[in-house]
Amino acid sequence: MKISVQINEGPYQHQSSDSAYNFVKAALDKGHDIVRVFFYHDGVNNGTRLASPPQDDRNVQQRWSDLSKEHNLDLVICVAAAQRRGIVDDGEAERNGKDATNIMDGFHISGLGQLIEAAVESDRLVVFGD
Amino acid sequence: MLHIVNKSPFEKDSFTSCMHHAAADSTVILIEDGVYAALKGSAVEGDLSKAKVVALSSDVAARGIEGNIADGVDLVDYAGFVDLVTDGNGVQSWV
Repeated sequence: MKISVQINEGPYQHQSSDSAYNFVKAALDKGHDIVRVFFYHDGVNNGTRLASPPQDDRNVQQRWSDLSKEHNLDLVICVAAAQRRGIVDDGEAERNGKDATNIMDGFHISGLGQLIEAAVESDRLVVFGD
Repeated sequence: MLHIVNKSPFEKDSFTSCMHHAAADSTVILIEDGVYAALKGSAVEGDLSKAKVVALSSDVAARGIEGNIADGVDLVDYAGFVDLVTDGNGVQSWV
């Protein structure tokens, strides 16, 4: 079955990024197709590469990136939410005159249309977060 | 239809709202702090009979309430969660 996931909450905020990650892994293990993972609102903070959590703790952002590489996942960050929170890729840095980028490998920044498209093309859209 | 509730009923009213809207033949899965709605003898225990209610086992265990879950609430793991999402005819998160 085709499943997409929306995450509205940042890493280490409550639990939703962890819940979504475990859900996506379980769905992949069962052979389902994850069409897209869409990061919205504070969820865009899952896509920074500059976090340094303690070594004995999980690295939420890196974990998404690794899962994306392993399963060729489409990890999309909402552009308007990213601009507000300072999640920046090369294109956004140039467009908004920023001197650095911080996007994690495997994520990309795009518009809300990607969420609508994911909902239309998937059999299920599962929302995690506040 | 699968409903997902992720907040404690003592923090937000999403569980109560969900139970008042869910059809009797639907399933409600409690995840994260939502598992507190499954506590035996709580103020919202009466709502548990309005639909089939299950709770995510790892979130129940993380909060140490395995021994205090109301009768009729089954525990499921993440694989069971995925099956509930794909089995029904839709999913609604009460965030």
